[in-house]
Amino acid sequence: MAVISNGTTLADAGAMSGLGSLTLIKTITVSSGTSTVSFVDGTSSVVLDNTYPIYKFEFINIHASNNTTHFSFQANVAGGSGFNETITSTYFRAFHGENGTDNGLGYDGNRDLGQATGFQELISGIGNDTDGNGNGELFLFNPSSTTFVTHFMATTVTSYADEAARRMHVAGYINTTAAIDEIQFKQSAGNIDSGIIKLYGIKDS
Amino acid sequence: MGLISNGTTLLDAGALDGGVATGAMTLLSTSTASSSANLTFASGINSTYKEYVFKFIDIHPQTNGKHFQVNFRDGSSAYDATKTTLMFYSYHDEGDGTPALAFVNSDVVAQSTDAGRINTGQGSDNDESCAGTLHLYNPSSTTFVKHFHSNIAYTDSSGTPNSINVFVSGYCNVSAAIDGVQFSFNSGNIDSGTIKMYGIK
Repeated sequence: MAVISNGTTLADAGAMSGLGSLTLIKTITVSSGTSTVSFVDGTSSVVLDNTYPIYKFEFINIHASNNTTHFSFQANVAGGSGFNETITSTYFRAFHGENGTDNGLGYDGNRDLGQATGFQELISGIGNDTDGNGNGELFLFNPSSTTFVTHFMATTVTSYADEAARRMHVAGYINTTAAIDEIQFKQSAGNIDSGIIKLYGIKDS
Repeated sequence: MGLISNGTTLLDAGALDGGVATGAMTLLSTSTASSSANLTFASGINSTYKEYVFKFIDIHPQTNGKHFQVNFRDGSSAYDATKTTLMFYSYHDEGDGTPALAFVNSDVVAQSTDAGRINTGQGSDNDESCAGTLHLYNPSSTTFVKHFHSNIAYTDSSGTPNSINVFVSGYCNVSAAIDGVQFSFNSGNIDSGTIKMYGIK
């Protein structure tokens, strides 16, 4: 049975519409040392296909086991093996130390990728002090496209290991025309000690 | 009365069924300025959401050249959480002068309880305002420092006004929960404007 009010369909075929365009798909909470966190379409309620044109990951209180290590991501294409897709990216950051003197803004050529298959840094140099952590968001645009490369954009913040506020802007593309249906996150060394990663879908209608 | 569609319960006993997928972004509060010293969100910030988002819509200052700023309440009644921030901006003036991208060292704080600026030198002409967003992560944590970041577009107070895109990040370097957020200008009132607070599921 459909419910239609004033010409607008509110409910049909077992689903309701008009309840917001940002849909929480999956939350993964890390509460003890974990080497990798993966979001795989069709597994554990994860949707990462053509259901949504834009996907958004949120990172909340990512805490690293090892000091000054980097929270990073890679992708895998549908039917592929390994998180090792070719990425070209840009990376710039700003920082300001708790001492009030250290500061800077600039491109960091050590943290971008140029047709490389390694993991892309998103939150660099997370301090592993008890209260140190990283936060931010990553947008993935139309990963199911088999025509275009898949673009991504991230904005993240952290209390850098040397006690500074640090903001990072990372953008680039996964240079493949195969659909992306798996994303993996990990630290550049050691484990993700704790943290929350959420996956949202953003509707186009 | 329940509402069942295609065998799925959608509504029952005055509420949505728990199995219905709902939007993840919830409007919690709206605060509108009318020659206000500040706009304060003193309730609704707790462990319900891991992320809070504030949207600034047409924030207009009383006084020319002042700085829109934020502070946080961390356990007392005062908005004075210790914080370290960074700021950078890009700008381009209406005369097509040389644009730039720069770190703004004069408008940041380091381990300070003062309000943190989230723009600088905003213009107060009748048609000038600022708009943007501030994210606050897991303010109820009593373990981690509390990160925030903002992005605001505005017109500055220069004789030849600049379009400015300003980015601010930082953290409240406290383990106490943050349970209130206050926005103001460093001098003068918020003449008009609206701030909306959302919780992200």
